Amino acid sequence: MTEPSTALVPVPTPLLEVRALLMRFGGLLAVDGVAFDVRANEVFSIIGPNGAGKTTVFNCIGGFYKPSGGQILLAGENITGLPSHRVARKGLVRTFQGVRLFKNLTVLENLLVAQHMQVKNGLLSGLLITRAYRRAEQAAIEHAKQWLDFMGLREYANREAGNLAYGHQRRLEIARCMITRPRLLMLDEPAAGLNPQEKRDLALMIDRIRREYNIAVLLIEHDMRLVMDISDRILVMEHGRPITVDRPEAVQSDERVIKAYLGEE
Amino acid sequence: MLAQLPRALIAAVFAFVILAPIFGLKLVRQGMHSALQPHWNIVLWGCAAVFVVQLLHPWLARLFARVRLPSVPALDEEHHLWAWAAVVLLAVVWPFFGGRSAVDIATLALIYVMLGLGLNIVVGFAGLLDLGFVGFYAVGAYTYGLLYYWAGWSFWECLPLAGAMAALFGFLLGFPVLRLRGDYLAIVTLGFGEIIRLLLTNLTDWTGGPDGISGIPSPTLFGLEMTRRASSPEGQTFHEFFDMPFNPDHMVIYLYLLALALALVTLLVSNRLLRMPIGRAWEALREDEIACRSLGLNPTRIKLSAFTLGAMFAGFGGAFFAARQGLVNPESFTFIESALILSVVVLGGMGSQVGVILAAVALTVLPEVVREFAEYRMLAFGFVMVLMMVWRPQGLLPMKRPQVDL
Repeated sequence: MTEPSTALVPVPTPLLEVRALLMRFGGLLAVDGVAFDVRANEVFSIIGPNGAGKTTVFNCIGGFYKPSGGQILLAGENITGLPSHRVARKGLVRTFQGVRLFKNLTVLENLLVAQHMQVKNGLLSGLLITRAYRRAEQAAIEHAKQWLDFMGLREYANREAGNLAYGHQRRLEIARCMITRPRLLMLDEPAAGLNPQEKRDLALMIDRIRREYNIAVLLIEHDMRLVMDISDRILVMEHGRPITVDRPEAVQSDERVIKAYLGEE
Repeated sequence: MLAQLPRALIAAVFAFVILAPIFGLKLVRQGMHSALQPHWNIVLWGCAAVFVVQLLHPWLARLFARVRLPSVPALDEEHHLWAWAAVVLLAVVWPFFGGRSAVDIATLALIYVMLGLGLNIVVGFAGLLDLGFVGFYAVGAYTYGLLYYWAGWSFWECLPLAGAMAALFGFLLGFPVLRLRGDYLAIVTLGFGEIIRLLLTNLTDWTGGPDGISGIPSPTLFGLEMTRRASSPEGQTFHEFFDMPFNPDHMVIYLYLLALALALVTLLVSNRLLRMPIGRAWEALREDEIACRSLGLNPTRIKLSAFTLGAMFAGFGGAFFAARQGLVNPESFTFIESALILSVVVLGGMGSQVGVILAAVALTVLPEVVREFAEYRMLAFGFVMVLMMVWRPQGLLPMKRPQVDL
């Protein structure tokens, strides 16, 4: 007869929901009415020509900018305008366009710093080197080891992060995010500057992380092949406005998207 | 060398312009009038020196490029410990054979070691430029001074409280201002130092104003006073207890050992902090605040911990200073003092504990050794600073962070 009614199936709260996001810099509307949601365990990409406002959206979600309007909800909880470190502690961490590692710290120490908030230890227990302190420190190192192995960076553990090869730095940055046990990982152009082989590895790695750690990934990327390969859904932006949100195949054939990228003939 | 001639001439002329009013003309009182007395000799010599140096500049630069400043001798963990033990042992034994004035100067040096190591936490580890560190030193000193004056508390009762008070001030100041970046923070802390000093000067009813508080007792040794006579009938003095003749040197040595102990505690604690998660967080924050925030680290809280801990050590130093001097007044807590402590940290090498200790000792002992040149102390000081910044901006012994190895 008719299709089964969808009304009875409970619609799960999306992990991240962005509603009518607005970001104004003086007279410039960098983000204008962007709305989308990221579901649990989904790879969601934002694409668009340079200057479309993708990174601004990231900065708004991550709490680095205070949005001029709109709402950001994480698992139903309003996080609009929260300072960035509080957003991060709610399980929403990000990488940056151009790597931002702690270059003078070793690879291992980069991963230890990222666990700073999870290692609950008073100053006094550290000064007195109590057993609980040592155990927590050891656990942090073990956890870091896991991620070094995952990323194939074990042999560089004691090297200063600034001395790593670029591709390794990128991987370390993702490991540093993942070690905080996030719910949503936001990657800002993770493939920039990588060679084709490294890009393929990155795609595999993102997929593996998503499956093994059951997190959602929000991605900004210019490499279309990578985006189309791994995304479940894609938001296309132009001049701060959303053009469409759809599955990769649909986006590829969308005339408005083609127009935005190639210009009008 | 001829190519340098015009440059050298110009430099000499500028030197003349600067030197002439400062050294060349002296204001002399002649009865009712003042008269200018020229001293052209010194100016001409100065200009000649500048001329020659500029003429030989390229050659000198090449010469200095070859001069290598010593680097830290690499010691493995075990030898390191032995070396420290030897140094500490020497520092403990030495005063019993040293002269009284030498021990006294060493005590002063140790106060600066303590202050330098305290500020090192703020400036060296956390990278926060604090120009008002002396304010916390003053809080510590006056905590003891005031509690003694108004409530009769002893040094040992006041010492922890002095640290706590200074830490509280650090916390209260840090809370609103640590959101500020570099230069702004420096200005606010500078203002804070001055406010503390002005408050102490002007709250005459409480603090004794510019005269300060005098007659502050020295620390006791387990209740034994180190004076000729006990201050109260039931009190006992050190020399009576041990049945020795009274010797004022005992007090000097005792103060020295106390300062040594306090400095060692400061060293151990700050050394430990550097290896703890908080030490790593300071380093991370110094490198990239945005990245820290993106990982959930609260920058204000992390900075605040450095600021508060540094202030606490200044408070301990202040209480000890008050006990040693027997009097506190606002004169001891001027901006110059802050600048001196800061230069101890910068000269030693920001973050480097050994460097800070060496610099503190050098900056307190050297002026005492060359007393004849006391007038030129600040000049020499500035000169050394300029040289350091040109040739070794990272300080005497640049910091080496302890790493966690896998």
